[in-house]
Amino acid sequence: MASGYVVRKQQYYDSIFLMGVNKRLSENRGVLQTAVLMGSEKNKQLLADIGIHGPQIDSAGPNDLIVAIIADTPQIVEAVLGKLDEALDRIQAGSIPSVLHTLEEGLAQKPNANLAVISIPGEYAAHEARKALEAGLNVFLFSSNVSIEDELDLKQCALQNNLLVMGPDCGTSLLGGIGIGFANIVRRGPIGVIGAAGTGLQEFTSQIHNAGLGISHAIGTGSHDVSDEIEGITTFTALERLEADSQTKVIVFISKPLGAKTFTKLVERLQGCRKPAIGCFLGQPVEPLDRNTNLQCARTIDEAVQLAAKHVTGSPLPPIQLTSEELEWAAREKAGWSPEQKYLRGVFAGGTFCYQSQQILRDAGFAVHSNAPFAPQNRLSHPDQSLEHTLLDMGDDYYTLGKPHPMINGTLRVQRILTESLDHQVAILLLDFILGYNASTDPVGELLDAILEARQRVRKRGGSLTVVASICGTEDDPQDLNLQTQLLKEAGAIVFRSNARATLFCCELLKHPLGGAHGK
Amino acid sequence: MENNIIPLLDEAILAINLGPKQFYESLEKQGVEAVQVDWTPSAGGDKDMIKLLDELL
Amino acid sequence: MDIKQKIEKANEKAVNRMIQGEPVLVDIAPAGEVIPGLEDKMILHAGPPIEWERMCGAQKGAIIGMVLYEGWAKTPEEARAMLKKREIHLQPNHHHQTVGPMAGTISPSAPVWVVENKSFGNRAFCRQVEGRQQFGDYSEEALQSLRLWRDVWAPTLRKALLNMGGLDLKPIITHAMQMGDELHNRHSASSSLFANQMAVAMIEADLPKETVIPTLKYVTNHNLIFLGLAMACGKAIADPAHGIEHSTVVIAMARNGTDFGIRVSGLGNDWFTAPSPSVDGLYLPGYSAVDAGFDMGDSAITETVGWGAFVIGGAPGILSLVGGTPDEALAYSREMKKITVAVHPTYRMPALGFVGTSIGIDIRKVVQTSITPIIDTAIAHKDPGHPIIGAGLVRAPLECFRQALIAFGRKYNAR
Repeated sequence: MASGYVVRKQQYYDSIFLMGVNKRLSENRGVLQTAVLMGSEKNKQLLADIGIHGPQIDSAGPNDLIVAIIADTPQIVEAVLGKLDEALDRIQAGSIPSVLHTLEEGLAQKPNANLAVISIPGEYAAHEARKALEAGLNVFLFSSNVSIEDELDLKQCALQNNLLVMGPDCGTSLLGGIGIGFANIVRRGPIGVIGAAGTGLQEFTSQIHNAGLGISHAIGTGSHDVSDEIEGITTFTALERLEADSQTKVIVFISKPLGAKTFTKLVERLQGCRKPAIGCFLGQPVEPLDRNTNLQCARTIDEAVQLAAKHVTGSPLPPIQLTSEELEWAAREKAGWSPEQKYLRGVFAGGTFCYQSQQILRDAGFAVHSNAPFAPQNRLSHPDQSLEHTLLDMGDDYYTLGKPHPMINGTLRVQRILTESLDHQVAILLLDFILGYNASTDPVGELLDAILEARQRVRKRGGSLTVVASICGTEDDPQDLNLQTQLLKEAGAIVFRSNARATLFCCELLKHPLGGAHGK
Repeated sequence: MENNIIPLLDEAILAINLGPKQFYESLEKQGVEAVQVDWTPSAGGDKDMIKLLDELL
Repeated sequence: MDIKQKIEKANEKAVNRMIQGEPVLVDIAPAGEVIPGLEDKMILHAGPPIEWERMCGAQKGAIIGMVLYEGWAKTPEEARAMLKKREIHLQPNHHHQTVGPMAGTISPSAPVWVVENKSFGNRAFCRQVEGRQQFGDYSEEALQSLRLWRDVWAPTLRKALLNMGGLDLKPIITHAMQMGDELHNRHSASSSLFANQMAVAMIEADLPKETVIPTLKYVTNHNLIFLGLAMACGKAIADPAHGIEHSTVVIAMARNGTDFGIRVSGLGNDWFTAPSPSVDGLYLPGYSAVDAGFDMGDSAITETVGWGAFVIGGAPGILSLVGGTPDEALAYSREMKKITVAVHPTYRMPALGFVGTSIGIDIRKVVQTSITPIIDTAIAHKDPGHPIIGAGLVRAPLECFRQALIAFGRKYNAR
């Protein structure tokens, strides 16, 4: 233990200021006790009480500053006393930014706001959305886990006030060329689209851009808008607006299954629409609507793109069916499988992709299990346990509660890919990669090691893992589309620019399994 | 809707973002005038207090 | 008018009353002569109502000091016995238009500042501020200071004051704030300005040197003397805002070292209390956090009217208490703005660009934001027998405001 002191003559300091200095000095490591005080008699006695005395202290007066340190070693005493000037100087801190915490504060700063983008926890989201509507704002409601009653209440309020509620559970919109939420960079053009399926909108708009065409507006409605409880309130409002929009020449609608009542109403409305309409009702049992009506039905998103393009340019796009080159490739891939390999495993970030893939496989005669199934009888008994042909929606609540969405973070998909590679019967891995605003900065990079590892494992067992990938995005997206494609190809994956075509490729792979039962 | 300007679709977007900053940043990058709210629930999330405040504030 | 509109109107009225306050020092007189309802064998104390047994160590020490000072007992043991037997009545200052610093103890013979709010005619009272007895020290030394106040300083100041016809306090407060005082822990400027005026007044009153000189020495050496006056001003300013139906504005915040209590304009005389919090503080040589008692005193009346920690951004000398950076002080001012009704037109902080002080704490906004009023305060020892041991910052407990809001909801029949 050591002690030391310093006396600064004729240096009056405020007692509160000195208390602060005292605190700063006492925070040094190895310091046992500190005293920072003016040389009054009372204070000198205090110092004597803790064992600090000396001639300079004796002669110190009330206007002299005494600083005393008791510490573990003399070196520490000297070092701390040496820091006295630093401690006496005021601390300069950086400016603390003014942070807003409530909608009201946001409105106070931007009273002319016309859109609230809400992605707060579902239990509070409806309340905030309601306040936003009452303040005259449209709402983009990304939050999920909002009750159907709350959704109805919000949308009825919006209807009364000529506002739009995009959501709940709405991931994407493109309004006047501005991407909201997860959105791709897509040129403007005459095709308008309304979607109750987020990644479906991303896929459609990206493909339109990649075909050289453009989007007027893409309006997300949220996944429950076309249920019979909500009856498509947002869809019908969006429809009205796109009809009135001079830029929009053709209107496309994309969704998963609708409520029966709503489906009938919507079909009637689209048939009577002033502009050509295309409906892509994924999973909806559609009676042949191919009479010559205003409404054309597309069975896949790709087909919707084709039909829309035809209205705009008149010239057809490349066909959706696999090319002869692709068919040969499939045959080559199959040839490399070992006898036990026969199953397809899809690990999806995009819910709509998981769904569309199920539809395509089902139409081709394959039974598919899923955690987000087409039909209840196809539900996996546990999402972590794949069975035969299985397609997984990794964006399902089970995987995303408290964790980042797979579009943003690939960790859970990595784990699942490695798990699937342990199953000797796995032949195909089907993956989707989604680019655009707010998606991962390197979707492919995140999964690359897992893909390589998985293929390596199967190779060691004497087989070959076929990795089929689709990338949803444009060359203008922040992630480098060409580089992402390149990286996948170098890792041995077969890459498509569309989920539907990637899935058709899987159908081709599964059509004639090596020896043994027909793939059913 | 007979007038020329279609609500929201024809207007410049002026946004208030409640939630993670990324959504605000992507809007900013596109040149949209926006404000970021690091949203926290009223009354520390206490539902009873929220209800009471709805009546009184 | 729906209830929200009624509340907004009521709050506007309450805050306007506070803003219109014109405090004038009109007298300095023995408490028993001027404080309504103060009877023999009664001692008033700081904070919400509390029985002797529950009082904290420092407040007990202060009460014992007052009993000895009044001569009702000759020894501390005798005093304790009387208090246990309820021979001495204990009541909150606030129930008698009064406030007191720290333990805040006031007895009949103790001279108090008498401040009149000229805008509404109401009066408020506060005792003098000192560094020992009000912190729980009942030693001879501590009591001697009380006697000098009673026998020499207060009467001399009184004569001078009456001779000058009263002293307008609003100009002193306004100037002091612009000179770096925050009127709770930092009173150097206001005390100086006060001493200047009283010095002249004492000479003009032609008072004898034997009393003038010690009194002059007292007022010119006491850099917290104005706190007692500021507190009386705060009380005089806040009281007319009390009792306005539908108002959610806080009109009192007070602590007794055991409980922290608030009173609300539209909620009558009810106290809403929670355990008194610890002060986050800096300590004088020889003391540390293990010695500290809990938050105590009626001095939070200064924050109640928008002074004290609410204007700490304008008090550079005291910034060390908040961590030492002007940015942090500015952050506190911004925070308080979120939970108050209005901005004062007269009281401004030059250090923050002359922005006005935030006034009128709204219990709804406190509950909504979870931002509680910040208070800067002195710290007493947890045991009796010690003088001041430190100073620091403390937050009013959220629980007080929650309880008040629930009571408000019930009273005004909100579902």
